[in-house]
This record gives sequence, C-alpha cells and structure tokens, in this order.
Amino acid sequence: MKDIHLIALTVNGTEHEIVVESRRTLADVLRHDLGYTGTHVGCEHGICGACTVLLDGQPVRACLIFGVQADGCEVRTVEGLADGDELSDLQKAFSRCHGLQCGFCTPGFLMLAEAYLSEQDGVPDESEVREVMAANLCRCTGYQGIVDAVRQVAEERAG
Amino acid sequence: MKPAAFTYHRAYDVNDTIAQLAELGQDAKILAGGQSLVAMMNFRLARPSALVDITRIAGLDYLERDAQGLRVGALTRHRTVETAKIDGFGVLSKAARWIGHYPIRCRGTFGGSIAHGDSTAEWCVLAVLLEARIVLQGPRGRREVPATEFFQGFFMTAAQPDEMIVEVRFPKPAPHAALTEYSQRQGDFAIVAASARLDLTEDEVLTSRVVLGGVGQQPVVVDADLAGQPANEETWRAAGEVAAAQVDPPSDGHGSSAYRKKLTAALVARALAEAAA
Repeated sequence: MKDIHLIALTVNGTEHEIVVESRRTLADVLRHDLGYTGTHVGCEHGICGACTVLLDGQPVRACLIFGVQADGCEVRTVEGLADGDELSDLQKAFSRCHGLQCGFCTPGFLMLAEAYLSEQDGVPDESEVREVMAANLCRCTGYQGIVDAVRQVAEERAG
Repeated sequence: MKPAAFTYHRAYDVNDTIAQLAELGQDAKILAGGQSLVAMMNFRLARPSALVDITRIAGLDYLERDAQGLRVGALTRHRTVETAKIDGFGVLSKAARWIGHYPIRCRGTFGGSIAHGDSTAEWCVLAVLLEARIVLQGPRGRREVPATEFFQGFFMTAAQPDEMIVEVRFPKPAPHAALTEYSQRQGDFAIVAASARLDLTEDEVLTSRVVLGGVGQQPVVVDADLAGQPANEETWRAAGEVAAAQVDPPSDGHGSSAYRKKLTAALVARALAEAAA
C-alpha cells in the first residue's frame, strides 16, 4: 500500500493542498502534481542543480527533498520571478549577458543566483560569484555570461 | 533514479524520535538534511523501510560557546557554521566552505554529516582532529562517544540504529588549526583532506596533531609529534613526508594510491602552514 500524506504548501504565493506519496521528491511534486514545469530535473542526485528552488527562502535541490517535507512551507520557483510579462532584473541580465543557450539549466541558475543575491549587502567579487555559481552545471555557456549577469545585478541592486 | 517506497514519519522532539525509531525497527533511518541520504536513496543504494524526519525538532540548531569549548546542535546547518564567528573555532567556519556547494550547505546538517560517517567529510575529520565528543540519545539514555572511537570503518559509526546524535562537543578552542583538501572540481568529495592543529610559541611547536581524510576507511590520525621543532616551512614539509609514509590509501577512479600519498605530503604541509599562520 502506498504511504500517502495530505500536505499544504505555498508556491509563488499560491496555496496548494495535495496528496503525495512519501517517496515523491519536491521536484516531481512541483512538476507533475502542481504543473510548475519551469523547475527542471537533470541528474536527480544533487549534482547538477537544475532543480534548485527556494524553500522558505533557502536555495535547495528539489530532488534531495521529499515533497512531504515541504508541508507548511513556502516554495519559490522560476515561475515566481517575472511579474506577468515583465522579466525580473536577473532574468533580463541573463538574457543581456548571454547567460543561457539551450536554457535547460537556466531555472536552477536563476534560483541559485536569486538566493545568493538576496543575501548580499554589497557587490561580491568575481571569485566569490564563481565559487557560488559552481554549485550548478551548465553544458553550453562556459559560465562567463552567467557570472557576468549575476555581478551586473549585484551592482544594480547595490545602487 | 526514484527512491524505493518507504513510510514517512515526522518527529517533533528527541524522545519522540527515539520512540518512533524503536517502533519502526532497524530498517528505519533518521532523515535530517538529507543531502547524502536522499541522493543514496535516489540511486537505491539505500532503501530504508521508514524515515523519521527530525528537521522540525526545535532547539537543536545552535552553536554554544562556553568556558570549556563549543557545543554544536545536531541540526545546525553547515551554512550556519560557515557564516558564524566562533571565538577560537574559526577553523570550523573556514572548513565549512569545503562542504559541497552553497545550496547543499544551506540544507545539510552537522549531526547528519557525522552520522553519515564519510571518511572524507570535513566535520568527521575535524571532529577527530579536535577530539570532539559525539552525544547520542537512545532508549538506554544518553551517552558520549569520543570522535576517535565513533568512526569505525567505511560509513560505519558507533551510533546504534535506535540512537540519535543530539550534539557534538568540542572540548577546547583551537586557534591554530586548519583543514585543506583537494578534489578535481570545486565542491566534489575530497580525494584527500588534511587537517592540523598546533599549539605554538612564536618560533617553536609545543604540541601538534594531524588527521587525514580520504586515505582510509575512517579519518586517520597521523603519528607525528612536532613538539620542540621550529615552526617553519621545513618542519611542515618534513611532517608531510612522515604522514605520507604512514598511510596506505586506496586506489580508485579519482586517483591511485601513490597519487594520494603525494597529495597527503603536500596537503599536510599546507594544513600545518595554514594552522601556524
């Protein structure tokens, strides 16, 4: 018999109540049960970072958390960045700096960068940005555009 | 790449955890940050019949500095240690940056890493280096196990299946200590990790301790007493050679035994130099 649980979670401000099997990862709950397919699933063992989302403000690999653990939590996914058709500053910077090509890794990188930037007071140096962005894998861009985008947004937000 | 079925249970305090573990039997496992366990479950390298989720237990996320030393609550996130300023234990904050990546450090826990018992894990190596004590709670009450006896082999620890790690105690400050390591990509598991602790005067070593990760089934204490030797590069380099001669590391896809020995010599010298700085 399946081990099922009724959970309530908020995704990008919308409340959801769903029944999940305990072994279902948060990444699969978001994609298959709730339709937030912006969260991508790459390696499913915590290496690639494509499934990075914010769980109560913290960046996490959604493949390494079970959906049932998000009960009562607030989740932010890539769908929560733009305001309608208006892309966020970070999304615009990725576009401007050519921080994406095929786009598969992009939702993970955006959420990773969003979490990191929200912690910053000033403008971090390039080596620190590189170290943080090394958490995720991209097979197209060579990372330079991603690092540039994150640094530009850090500078813009610092004023 | 999907985990096998299990039953999920949530615990709200330590006693509740112990009771649930007792009821669920030996195939149940504690779920803390899950940054190692869930990856292993996705690969089906681990197939626990039940998980007891302890992440909602309040009050186990703390760093408490007292007259004796430092007490680390089992559910303290790596990131909390990384960003803390802990008098006399700066080595922990610096070493935290070697743990996986930023999102992993935001989720993974101190107690979880110790319980996992990976011989290359930064907290396991430092617990042995700084002669920490692991505090366990189980149906037979509380007990403390010295880190030097806690890690017993390849992912094997002294914790019983019905026990939970509640705290790690570091008995005394280590202002002169460092950990360094090498891996092929940033954030990967260390191929070799080296850590060192020193007491010294301006130019002479008073006491020393060196512990390695990645060269054996558990963290390895190097037999090298540098007391009385000058605190300089030559001493550190010689100690590296001594350490390398003592270990018989495994060969695998990440590096041969001979390569690990050379890394050991270089990293021990580097760790000692950083510790002395």
